[in-house]
This record gives sequence, C-alpha cells and structure tokens, in this order.
Amino acid sequence: MEAFTTHTGTAAPLRRSNVDTDQIIPAVYLKRITRHGFEDGLFSAWRKKPEFVLNQADYQGVTILVAGPDFGTGSSREHAVWALQDFGFKVVISSRFADIFRGNSGKGGLLTAQVDQEVVERLWSLLEVDPATPVTVDLAAREIRAGDLVANFDVDDYVRWRLMEGLDDVGITLKSADDITAFEARRPMFLPKTD
Amino acid sequence: MARTLAQKVWQDHVVRSAEGEPDLLYIDLHLIHEVTSPQAFDGLRDAGRPVRRPDLTLATEDHNVPTIDIDKPIADPVSRAQVEALRKNCAEFGVPIYSLGNVEQGIVHVVGPQLGLTQPGMTVVCGDSHTSTHGAFGALAFGIGTSEVEHVLATQTLPLKPFKTMAITVNGALPAGVSAKDLILAVIAKIGTGGGQGYVLEYRGDAISALSMEGRMTICNMSIEAGARAGMIAPDETTFAYLEGKERAPKGAEWDAAVAYWKTLQTDADAVFDREVVIEASELSPFVTWGTNPGQGVPLSANVPSPADAVDEVDRIAIENALTYMNLTAGTPMRDVKVDTVFIGSCTNGRIEDLRVAAEVMKGRTVAEGMRVLVVPGSVRVRLQAHAEGLDEIFSAAGAEWREAGCSMCLAMNPDMLAPGERSASTSNRNFEGRQGPGGRTHLVSPAVAAATAIVGRLASPADLEK
Repeated sequence: MEAFTTHTGTAAPLRRSNVDTDQIIPAVYLKRITRHGFEDGLFSAWRKKPEFVLNQADYQGVTILVAGPDFGTGSSREHAVWALQDFGFKVVISSRFADIFRGNSGKGGLLTAQVDQEVVERLWSLLEVDPATPVTVDLAAREIRAGDLVANFDVDDYVRWRLMEGLDDVGITLKSADDITAFEARRPMFLPKTD
Repeated sequence: MARTLAQKVWQDHVVRSAEGEPDLLYIDLHLIHEVTSPQAFDGLRDAGRPVRRPDLTLATEDHNVPTIDIDKPIADPVSRAQVEALRKNCAEFGVPIYSLGNVEQGIVHVVGPQLGLTQPGMTVVCGDSHTSTHGAFGALAFGIGTSEVEHVLATQTLPLKPFKTMAITVNGALPAGVSAKDLILAVIAKIGTGGGQGYVLEYRGDAISALSMEGRMTICNMSIEAGARAGMIAPDETTFAYLEGKERAPKGAEWDAAVAYWKTLQTDADAVFDREVVIEASELSPFVTWGTNPGQGVPLSANVPSPADAVDEVDRIAIENALTYMNLTAGTPMRDVKVDTVFIGSCTNGRIEDLRVAAEVMKGRTVAEGMRVLVVPGSVRVRLQAHAEGLDEIFSAAGAEWREAGCSMCLAMNPDMLAPGERSASTSNRNFEGRQGPGGRTHLVSPAVAAATAIVGRLASPADLEK
C-alpha cells in the first residue's frame, strides 16, 4: 500500500446525507472478480443526471469528496472504496462515516477524515463559490486547510500510523503466528468445524 | 469487573493485546460467498499464502444465483464467472462449499444457523454486512470487507478495536400481529441509521426473550441498518432447544460442556452499557418504511412525512430527496400507497416461520390484479420444509411465484429485479435508491404485511383483510 502523509487537490461538495454503498456502487458492478476498474460504477445512478456535482465542468479532476453525515452506510462491499479510488479520490471528508466503510477505507489507503458538520458546511460553501480552491489534507498534522479554513479532523491513531507507513495488515498479523497457534491449542473441543 | 455479553465474548477471543494497538481477535467461523471473496483469494495467491483454517471456513452461493431454472447454467456470463471463481478458489484452497443444487445451499446467514454452525459465544464473520444475523445466538458476528476476508483467510484472526456497547431493552409483550420485523424497523426509526455506529447492540427485555430464534435473527440481522457493528441476544433455553440435535451442534458430553459455558454468556447484573435505549413493546404496531433509508419508517397507520417535520436542514434535504425518489406526496396515508410487486424472502425474512406467517395470510385468497409476488425461501432446506408443510401450494394457489433459494430481489445482482419506477413491498432489509433494481422503489415490511399487501394491492396488514 502507498504511504499517505499529506494530500493537496481540488474537492467536490456532495450535499447529501446517508450516502449508502449502493449509491456509491450498485450491486450490478460487484459481479466482477478484479480488484480495479470500478470507476465506471461510482455513483452510477447519479452520474446519469447532468446536474450531479461530478458531472459539472468545475469539478473535473477532483481528488477529495466532501459529503454529508452517515457516508458509506449499508453493505460491506469494499468495492465502494475501490470505486472511489479508481475514480481518483484520495480523501473523503464527512461528519460521520459508517463503521465498515471506514474500516475498509483504512485497509485500502483511502483516507476518511471526520470533521464537525459545521466544517463540512463551510467547505461546501467554499467549494461552491470557488471550485478551484486547493484543499490540503495533512495526515501528519490531522489538519484540513482550504482558503482561510483550518480545521482538525479525527482519524484512528492506529489507522493513521498504518496509512503513514503504508503497511499491510496481514504481514503485521503474521508476526504473531506463534500467539495464534497457542490460542488455537486452548480453544474448547465443542466448537464446530465446517469440513 | 462486571461485563456485558459482548465484552465476555470479545475477551474470550483475544489472541494478543498490546497498548496502543487493536486487539488481535480469533475468528471461530468464517462464512464466504461469491461476491466479496474473489479479490481476497487473489491476494492470497499473490502472496503465496494458504487458507489457515479451511475447516473453520464455509462457502455458499447466494447473491448472484437465479431462483428459476437452476439446473441450467447461469445465463448472465458475469454472474456465472463469479460463481465459477468461487468454486475454483474453494477447490484450490480446500474450503468446503455448498454450490447451487446442493441440499445445503442457501443464503449464507440462513445456512450457518440451520446447520448448527452458529453457536453462542462464537466469533463469526463474513464479507457481508448482514452477518449481524448470527448474533441472535449470543455470538459476536459482524460484516467485514474484502481486505478483512483475505486477512481472516490467511490468519483466522482480525485486528480490531473494542466496540462500545448499547442495551436496547424492549419491555412488555408485542401486541398480536406485531412481529420482530416491525420491532426492528421501529428501533431503527428511533435511533437512526447512524445511531448504532461503533456499538454492539444487545437486545434484551421480556419482548426479546419471548421471540423465537427466527424472530431474534430478524432483529439482529437489521442491526447494521442502525449503523451498529453487531447485534446480540443472550443465549437461553430457546437458543439451546433450537441448537440441540442440529447437524453441527455439539453432541453428548461436549453438548453438556457447551451448554455450561453458554449459560455464563449473560450480561452481568451490574455491568454498565455505554448507552441504553428503552422501548415499550405494547406501543408498537405494524411498521413500514416510506423513504430511501431504513430509518425512514412510520407505523402503517401513519401518513407519509413532510419536509416540514425535519429536525434540521440535512434531514429536510434527505426527506425531500426521498419523497422525490419514492414519488410520494407528504400527508398521504401509508395504506393508500399502491404496490406493484411483493417480495417475501432474504436473510431478514426468508426462514420457515416467515413463510408460515405469509402462507397463513394468503391461504384461500388471491393476489390483487396485476400484482407480482415472489416467495423465495432462504435455503434449500427451508424450501423442502415448506414443501413438507404444503406452503408452496398455498402460495401458488394464491397466484404467487414460488422460487428456488437465494438472495433474489433483496439486491439487484441476479435476474430478480424491479423495473424503473416499480414499487415493492419487501421483507428484505434495505430500501436504498436502486437497491432492488435501478429506479425501483422499496417499502420494507414484515412477512405478514407483505402477504396482506399482495392481496389488497396497497400497503396493508392482515387485520385489513378481516374488515
């Protein structure tokens, strides 16, 4: 995984709450067995509408998405993270993320920066007035900077460390293989097996 | 120190714990299906890693499978390739699989419990958010993403930060005609789609104790719709009775040892939850959703809400968007909403009790003119049981379509879909925009309301049929 320290790019305001993972990528796109190429499915229903923010000329090439509360609710599909990344997003800013989506983002290297809804509203206003405003998301300082706005964001300490180091979880866990083997020896006999 | 049920199960599975790091948690049962696993197996292959415990892993085919003509190859080549990839991966890595045509095939969350694989005190994961279903047994069960699927395949563990705990106490008794589905829809409407975020919900109280295992599974299934990581119900005699004699349940002396352990899985009397919610069961009635997230629900007797009822600006926009998408006018009685398709099935309500309830309502009646009704058992075993009880004949005589087992119309991944603009009453779990097909409009309901709606043609409860 690529290490993430700081990112500067342009951003799109998505004025919606409860953006569920079926909106981020509908189930029909989940039939693929590859890990990449999901950008065509991103927000596919909304992208059919000309007025949708990502269809507007002012927001082409954005790398940061600023959304309303409860972003990523619903299905556990990691394809939602892949679709955002394949489209070019590096960061999603919201006042509240669904747990599974947030966990998946951390695994894949998409930063989910949680801020107060008031910060989201200020970013929305800023980006609607001047879509070209560069937005910096500084993971080391846990800080978002855009125009005259400077705001801290929340990110889990451990996820932040992993993102900054670009580490892969399986590799970290396999260092504890002896602990896992020892635990397995202690498991009760009555537990079921599938074979 | 006094502990909650969730804390007990958690602590019994900690492999490794260190300051400033997530706990490394052992996983007792890993269920997989075709949609969220192919990229995980690819990851193993790339790294040259085996599946650590194929004997604790079980695969089934559910999301993509058609529910008619299952003896023929899957028509959609992309769906077929995904199912074939699962079969190939399971063969290569030695993972047991129940494929289409096998008597144990079905929706992953129906299959685990009916085999007796889901037991109290276990940790259960699956690359599917409705894994919360298994919490009905007092297991800590939660959905994971594909990276985590790969992690569990490789290590049989997951690094996780402890969840917060929330008690949802349901006092009293549910009125006649009010089901587990109505209760959980009311809970979600009360705490919101984000209300459970970061929490394990423990459902308790007299109304919960009185539920069957199937009702408890419906409740725990939809915990994710309140944003929760998991839902749990402490195991009791109802749980033990359900498990005893099941194929994969412990036998003989192991059964006794297991029950002795399971009986310790109660929240201690003086344990403290991070949050508590209390609901009076007697105040509940049949519940339906009107909007585009599962928290946008009202009693069937109520009217479509108005943007003027919004608690804030974000909520006002959400209501407006939902009314537009659903093509509903504020103030319309829910009972006046005309429905085109009824879907009875899914991991929420595709079990035998659900089908019995629906059959009782539809027995001797005929579905409304022009109404499409799909009845889809959650597993082959459920289908066979329904046949043994003659339920399939009741559905067919009423004019409903009786199908093979699978996820079916819960999500638009297989041939069972809504057409654009079509409106459904569905016993599934999500009313998101396009969930049941692009442009489709979904009202989440209980099996009883679904069946009554099929007869009346508008949203209705069985009580409306007797008038």
